[in-house]
Amino acid sequence: MNLIENVRVAIRALLANKLRAMLTMLGIIIGSGAVVALMSFGNGATSAITEQIEGIGSNLVTLLPGRFEGGGPDAAANADPLEYDDYVSIKENVPIAGRLAPSIENFGTVVYSNNSVNAAVIASTPEYLDIRNFEIELGRPLTASDNATGARVAVIGPDLGTELFGGLNPVGRSIKVNGVFFEVVGVTVAKGGGFGGSDDENVFIPIETGYKRLYGNSMVTNGKRTVSNVIISPLNADDVDQAMVEVERLMRRRRGLKLSDDLDFTLFSQNAFLDAFSAITATLTAFLGVIAGISLLVGGIGVMNIMLVSVTERTREIGLRKAVGAKRATILTQFLIETMMLSLVGGAIGVTFGWGVSTIVRQLDILDAQVTMGSIVLAFSVVAIIGIVFGIYPAMRASRLSPIEALRYE
Amino acid sequence: MTTEDAEDYVIDGRNLTKVYTMGDNEVRALDGVDVKIKRGELLSIMGPSGSGKSTLMAILGCLDSPTSGEYMLDGEPVHALGDNALATIRSKQLGFVFQQFNLLPRTSAMEQVSMPMIYAGVRGRKRKQRAEKMLQLVGLGERMDHTPAELSGGQQQRVAIARSLANDPAILLADEPTGALDTKTGIEIMALFKRLNREEGITVIIVTHDVEVAEQTPRVIHIRDGLIEKDVINETVVDIDPDSIPAH
Ligand SMILES: Nc1ncnc2c1ncn2[C@@H]1O[C@H](COP(=O)(O)OP(=O)(O)OP(=O)(O)O)[C@@H](O)[C@H]1O
Ligand SMILES: [Mg+2]
Repeated sequence: MNLIENVRVAIRALLANKLRAMLTMLGIIIGSGAVVALMSFGNGATSAITEQIEGIGSNLVTLLPGRFEGGGPDAAANADPLEYDDYVSIKENVPIAGRLAPSIENFGTVVYSNNSVNAAVIASTPEYLDIRNFEIELGRPLTASDNATGARVAVIGPDLGTELFGGLNPVGRSIKVNGVFFEVVGVTVAKGGGFGGSDDENVFIPIETGYKRLYGNSMVTNGKRTVSNVIISPLNADDVDQAMVEVERLMRRRRGLKLSDDLDFTLFSQNAFLDAFSAITATLTAFLGVIAGISLLVGGIGVMNIMLVSVTERTREIGLRKAVGAKRATILTQFLIETMMLSLVGGAIGVTFGWGVSTIVRQLDILDAQVTMGSIVLAFSVVAIIGIVFGIYPAMRASRLSPIEALRYE
Repeated sequence: MTTEDAEDYVIDGRNLTKVYTMGDNEVRALDGVDVKIKRGELLSIMGPSGSGKSTLMAILGCLDSPTSGEYMLDGEPVHALGDNALATIRSKQLGFVFQQFNLLPRTSAMEQVSMPMIYAGVRGRKRKQRAEKMLQLVGLGERMDHTPAELSGGQQQRVAIARSLANDPAILLADEPTGALDTKTGIEIMALFKRLNREEGITVIIVTHDVEVAEQTPRVIHIRDGLIEKDVINETVVDIDPDSIPAH
């Protein structure tokens, strides 16, 4: 008996028991559909979180004064501040650091007409906006000549713009920052979310203007200009570790630290941040995986149930088939083909179903659910294994019986 | 019978036993049975319930192996053969009819009859022709596409008989083939067996409770408690015309 005949026999046997075939497939459909849909949700959530972190800026490393590991909240306050010259030195001596920007970050009072808002004021070089992936919605970004001349110009976040100006176009209007007049020249594109405060309520000004007009001596220590932090963005993700090593070495030297001394500054990599969050998303994915696994298990139990319910009928059927000349291997092959067809058809329907659910979730903008090839392969293989194990077991047992015992089975 | 030529016997079983052990209990379903059957014979096996009729039929039909004893089928020793070899023998030489018909549910008569031929490796067109011919032979030429649920008990048993004939067997074994049928239908089925025996030369062995069935076969083997009680030649075979029985 050849394979084609065997497939035909299997199809005939399935068609002769449509209800049983459907019920068996139902378990497989639910199981594989759940795997595909839930894994796509997991992927959607992961990519949403990753996107937000990457939105802070690519390969971002932040240099801060003070030692944060176990140092407590006032570690930064007690440490020597970072100098503007540190930035200059890194720029000159560590080419692998790529793009970098020094910044003074403070909260300030921003006033327009009768509206007053407390907002983060970030004084930096023009590269800052680029490095942090801020784009300009209205007007223009800050330029090198703004910085060189110490111009009183500012770029503001869109939410701050709404709070200060209501529906008016902010560009060209004057605001007061800590009592000093600035002209708004641009508004950034909304980023949404953000970690540790909104990214859409900032005021960006040139760092020179900050030193000259806003902060005066408060940002000068021992005759040296100081900064709150320096952000560093190596061009390649692979360069991040090397850049951190080189910046650390340079900063140790500049701050006169011996090899045995603890660091009194911190290099904080966004990758560390990403790692922390990927631990969270891994937990989320594992959680979804457990739910999908339970669905598969329930589906598998359904399959087993149907198989066991039909075992009497099938045992007698196997007895009959053996009585009229079917060999044990032929019986097993037939059942294997039957269960494989059920699994494959059920798996295909389930995957389509899961893919559909995932598409609906994406269309409704609930989550950017992504169906991956991996989840489809996983769903298919797990479902095939369950189908075969639960389907073939009764057949195996029955095919070992002598035909007369199988025929007598009740 | 003075000379015994083994070749004359299509079935030659010697000292066949079948012992079922259930826990400490031993059931000797067959307790040393000698049975010889010539090619082309028509015989019945009778005996009370539990006497071992079905057990004997299963062993003669290679559906089960004897616990001990020798069994030559068509001159070949088969008592020690394995599963696959027995399957081949069943496929080529033996046909079975059961009391409960044992048809596949929701499957057409045509496909029921085709099934043994699929396992014997008969190809599509030939298979279809043969199945049609067999269904016509048992008088179901008009019912080929009917499923068991759409057939009467007698018709279902005819499908089962057509199926048993599919691979042109030398021996037909029937275990209480009329047991689930009314008298008239039972007589019709008996008439069919007799015709197959007479016209096709098939050896037909019928297990029965029913004296009226046994009266129609030239030879009757009586068994009791797993032993042959008597082996009788019927001098006056009763021949009942099914048409003489009024339908109810
Ligand atoms: N699989 C089995 N396991 C244990 N005992 C069995 C088995 N099959 C048959 N027997 C026993 O063997 C004996 C003979 O059984 P068998 O089925 O051959 O009787 P029978 O003559 O066909 O009876 P009936 O006319 O009721 O069909 C009985 O006592 C029965 O209980
Ligand atoms: Mg019996």
